[in-house]
Amino acid sequence: MSSLEDIVEVLLLQNYNTRLVVISTSLLGVASGLVGAFLLLRKRSLMGDALSHATLPGVAIAFAVMVAWGGTGKALPGLLLGATLSGIAGILTMLVIRNTTRLRDDVAMGFVLSVFFGVGIASLQMVQNLPGASAAGLESFIYGKTASMVKSDFLIIASVAAISSLVSIVLVKEFLLLCFDDAYAAAQGWPTLFLDIALLGLVTAVTVIGLQSVGLILVIAFLITPPTAARFWTHRLQPMLVLSAVIGGVSGWLGASISALTPQLPAGAVIVLVAASLFLISMLFAPTRGLFPRFLRQGHLRRKVDRQHFLRAAYELLEEQAGEKEVRNVSFPEATLRDRRTWTPHRFKRILKIARQEDHLEETPAGRLRLSEPGFGEAARVTRNHRLWETYLIEYADIAPSHVDRDADMVEHILGAELVRELERRLDETKISVPVPPSPHPIAGKPEATP
Amino acid sequence: MANSTGLTIPETLETMHNESLQSQATFPPKQTEDRPEHPPEIPLAIHDLTVAYHRKPVLWDIELNIPEGKLVGIVGPNGAGKSTLLKACLDLIPKTSGWAHIYGKPYRKARHLVAYVPQRESVDWDFPVSALDVVAMGAYRRLGWFRRVSKEEKDRALESLEQVGIAHLADRQISQLSGGQQQRVFLARALMQDAELYLMDEPFAAVDAATEEAIVDLLRRLSEKGKTCLVVHHDLATVTTYFDWLVLLNMRVVADGPAGEIFTRENLQKTYGGKLNLLETAAEALRHSID
Repeated sequence: MSSLEDIVEVLLLQNYNTRLVVISTSLLGVASGLVGAFLLLRKRSLMGDALSHATLPGVAIAFAVMVAWGGTGKALPGLLLGATLSGIAGILTMLVIRNTTRLRDDVAMGFVLSVFFGVGIASLQMVQNLPGASAAGLESFIYGKTASMVKSDFLIIASVAAISSLVSIVLVKEFLLLCFDDAYAAAQGWPTLFLDIALLGLVTAVTVIGLQSVGLILVIAFLITPPTAARFWTHRLQPMLVLSAVIGGVSGWLGASISALTPQLPAGAVIVLVAASLFLISMLFAPTRGLFPRFLRQGHLRRKVDRQHFLRAAYELLEEQAGEKEVRNVSFPEATLRDRRTWTPHRFKRILKIARQEDHLEETPAGRLRLSEPGFGEAARVTRNHRLWETYLIEYADIAPSHVDRDADMVEHILGAELVRELERRLDETKISVPVPPSPHPIAGKPEATP
Repeated sequence: MANSTGLTIPETLETMHNESLQSQATFPPKQTEDRPEHPPEIPLAIHDLTVAYHRKPVLWDIELNIPEGKLVGIVGPNGAGKSTLLKACLDLIPKTSGWAHIYGKPYRKARHLVAYVPQRESVDWDFPVSALDVVAMGAYRRLGWFRRVSKEEKDRALESLEQVGIAHLADRQISQLSGGQQQRVFLARALMQDAELYLMDEPFAAVDAATEEAIVDLLRRLSEKGKTCLVVHHDLATVTTYFDWLVLLNMRVVADGPAGEIFTRENLQKTYGGKLNLLETAAEALRHSID
């Protein structure tokens, strides 16, 4: 295990051996966060996957060619050039299949992905047997490896990452239009084919420079995970791009650092796991679209609905007991309240518990229930709002009285104070002067005493 | 309102017929002196247009001249090639033969004169943009490459939203808009282009009554300003109340001309074939149930 000192040293880029790797992987993360966002919005994620797998034959062939010319065959620029060319060949094959046959996109992509990868694995095996060549290390292009890096390699990766980021920022308006509505873009005269090629070009660039550190199997995750995570936090493109770049950058930085400290772990896997953790956090906790906040909001609404149902049921019970006289806050047995609505016993128990917690409900020494002082006031208010809304629906929205209770139930929970005042203003003054107007329709379980 | 126009085809037919006799324009327009502000060419002239998908023809020998300042409805059964006609005019799909000219020019030289409203379902509404962002796309052509949406264009986008009555929803994410509101956003985006010819693909599909009314209002205002609107439409009951010029389409142009003259039982029969009988039966049954 590494000491704390080592960890800090790597993370803060003080270690010469890992500094270049960590910086270049972080830049790669930023670039793939930006480019990946557009790839995701263009709904071409699978195409990126096919592309990355299609780079492998190029790596093997480039190695063989360089060995034939008398080198060690491991010059990074040469390998990356080979990867680029065979990646492009993969995309072209895909386009040819799609446009000349009636096969669907996913079939074409699956075909290219597996065939090119198969060819790549086979040729990798073959070049390993070349006389005088040591192909050891080429497999790192499959799973990724953060070995130390020479400065010229670093410069290539860093500059390609920087240029890709820059281009996607400069073309943000054009890419946005292409991704959202390509037919409209074409009708406006934008060269959609050229823009698509530009986008795929950026994806190719990021994929190829990601081969060494992340590996071709997992580089697609590096493209897709940051923007997907970012999408949970925002509904707007600009913040999404910024967040996606940050998440990509942080994943690259942390992932490369961790894998530098524990060389037995493949770098690509570590980087992707870091990105996936950030994704998981976003999915669970992001306030805009995260699961947790959504459950909280739903639970909150449910409690609110439950509370209003409980209070109104109690008030209508008291109304019934008062008959023609003024409604007074008297006690009642639990069962009478329970039978007023179709609550399950479990739910009813919880509703009572919450009502006690909120100080709306008291128990008399005789074991009967009674609304507390604030509870009684709140019950009167809730019932009044409900009836105002019902009256409004009957008078203005032409809803049959027999249907109104159900609709009112659904809508009253979102009635704001302002709307209530507006209703009061628009409805008959005499009805409003009463603290709680009579229900505009017969209440279930209550004999038609008040018309 | 819906009740009064719903499915009383013979009635509206008669009233519209009278109206159209009064307002009937001589066409093609020879009277250049009446409209000196515009070139003598007509907004949309289509000649000998044929479009085929995978060897299966969708449009055959289309011959059309759309007069200026008219509200034109394109009506026909499903699969009649209505959307395809618009897309072919916009160079979005290749023409097998023929041409479509906008004010006498091919589309690529007349883009600034044309605004397109695609079908609402053609895009993913769960996209991370606001209503205002989408409307601002109408200015992208004006802005050109690389330039960001300026403050002025944002103000114009807000004005366009105002015109379709949803300026208060400018900052709303588009997935949180109702179907009708989404359709209005698309219309506002087209308004941004300040075009002469508007091609709209089913703007009335699955919208609420208020939106339908707002769209009709907007179309009328556009045509009062001398703009020409081509609208793909589905609802036969409202055809004659909404449009003053009609194109009945079913792979070929069955009939085109002033709405009142064209919207006859015979023409509809030709357009819809057996399908209309079914519609008629339904309309008949409905009328009985109302009476």
